[in-house]
Amino acid sequence: MTMQTVFERPKSLKDVPSHFCPGCHHGLIHRLVAQNLDRLGLQQQTIGVASVGCSVFLYAYLDVDVIESPHGRAPAVATGAKRVQSDKFVFTYQGDGDLAAIGTSEIIHAANRGEAFSVLFVNNTTYGMTGGQMAPTTLLGQESATSPGGRSAERDGHPIRMAELLAQLDGVAYSTRVAVDNPQHVRQADKAIEKAFRLQRDEGRFAFVEILSTCPTNWGMDPRQANARVAEEMIPCFPLGTFKDTQSQEGNQ
Amino acid sequence: MSQSTPARVFLKGNEAVCYGAIEAGCRYYFGYPITPQSEIPALMSSELPKHGGQFLQAESEVASINMLLGASACGARAMTSSSSPGISLKQEGISYLAGSELPGLIVNISRSGPGLGGIDASQADYFQAVKGGGHGDYRMIVLAPHSVQEMYDLTMHAFDLSDRYRMPAMLLGDSLVGQMKEAIELRPRPEVELPAKDWIVTGKGERSEQRIVKSLFLGDGELEAHNRHLQAKAEALRANEVMAEEVALDDAELVLVAFGAAARIAKTAVRMARETGLKVGMLRPITLFPFPERHLARLAETARRFLCIELNTGQMVEDVRLAVNGRREVHFYGRPPGTGSLPTPEELYEQIRESY
Repeated sequence: MTMQTVFERPKSLKDVPSHFCPGCHHGLIHRLVAQNLDRLGLQQQTIGVASVGCSVFLYAYLDVDVIESPHGRAPAVATGAKRVQSDKFVFTYQGDGDLAAIGTSEIIHAANRGEAFSVLFVNNTTYGMTGGQMAPTTLLGQESATSPGGRSAERDGHPIRMAELLAQLDGVAYSTRVAVDNPQHVRQADKAIEKAFRLQRDEGRFAFVEILSTCPTNWGMDPRQANARVAEEMIPCFPLGTFKDTQSQEGNQ
Repeated sequence: MSQSTPARVFLKGNEAVCYGAIEAGCRYYFGYPITPQSEIPALMSSELPKHGGQFLQAESEVASINMLLGASACGARAMTSSSSPGISLKQEGISYLAGSELPGLIVNISRSGPGLGGIDASQADYFQAVKGGGHGDYRMIVLAPHSVQEMYDLTMHAFDLSDRYRMPAMLLGDSLVGQMKEAIELRPRPEVELPAKDWIVTGKGERSEQRIVKSLFLGDGELEAHNRHLQAKAEALRANEVMAEEVALDDAELVLVAFGAAARIAKTAVRMARETGLKVGMLRPITLFPFPERHLARLAETARRFLCIELNTGQMVEDVRLAVNGRREVHFYGRPPGTGSLPTPEELYEQIRESY
């Protein structure tokens, strides 16, 4: 009887134990990145740019060349890298504190210039590594280490919607928000990442994929509760969908 | 250098930096506008594309130093330039360059501060440049030109040192050396052997091992070992790369110590002193890091006294005192930078007489 492999570790993903907390979505998202690098034959020509936070450990899991960036500056680092190695595949992998707070200037201007790299934005509504402080994406009323009693719109402002914001910029080819809290969403996220990567590989375009993600440890939830929170609380504030797609004729079906 | 390039050209110091950088093989410039270094981005924006390079005006100083980081990690000779407040913003990136062992040139055509200060010739950023304005226990190569020719030559040298030691390098000038025009020789880039860049990220290509450019070291003992390695490179610079100009030092009883723009004025004052029979010489540090401490220690055996002259209220003088180590008196004369506060040769001559 012939055996057929139906599921395996992507080549671009290292065979190492994960250090991420139980129920954290980083591992799942890493896998989606890796399988798309494999699918598009990009592993050997990829330069990843890791950011600051739990996302920094990208190079511990992905078997590609990686530059570690200062906090929030990954889009500037990727700009320099891509300008020099213009035939290579460059992407940044950033969390919400990194991209939507300290790095807003770098992401907006890289997007506006239409730099030829892809951005993966992991939004878990908190600063994970530093211990669950309030992020620009923290939901109203959400308790955090620095918003006891919950985030207040009057005091702290509203959660920021990056995928919608970046969709306003002419340099952006594709801006979308996905989640990975159920199999259907995972498949959609997989497609979105593939589309973003293809836009860079084939057309040299800037694409932005926001991925809603869990942080059970800092949310004070078990993995199942955390996963449920994505649908119950996050998606109502951060709607899934594509906010810009310059290829909408042929894509996104 | 093409055949049609004239042997001698009349250039501003800031322009000489650009031609030096291009001759040195720099093909990427990232920067943000600020006075008094504006000639550099303007000239680079028109010249680099002619040489197959790229000029990119960044959204901020913070972004520009990080673009340099990315370009350098990918193996390019790259530079940024700015002036004091902008250099303050680049300190985070400079620290990451140092920690990640990335070469790159940062040109500081410094201005006076603190805060917005003014745009006059200033040496108020000596501490920031030499002692590390960014966080962490790192050193940076710092070269201090005092002429337009040196703006050209030391730019090329800074790139070579930076590549050899995998350490960021700063060219520390000011509006005097940046804005003045002198006739200079556009010399061809010196032929030097440099280590292969076998650490750059390029995508794995044919390699089986990934390459990582990083400054985070969390393993037991890893960061201490990394810092010891960084300090060993700094030691090698101290041993091998010190540059200083010696002016009339043979029989000098009073030794002036000055760098950059202050040294130009001090040179005239030394000549005036010699004409009146005073045995005065000058040591001009060209590398501020590594600092010519052994030159000074040697001079402390023969000279009676030192006089440090700076366009600030006393920064390099601390390093002079450390090098002299209490064996001789070290006097200081400085003017806080600002409009109308550049000392005249006559003023420095009076200081020489007082200290002699």
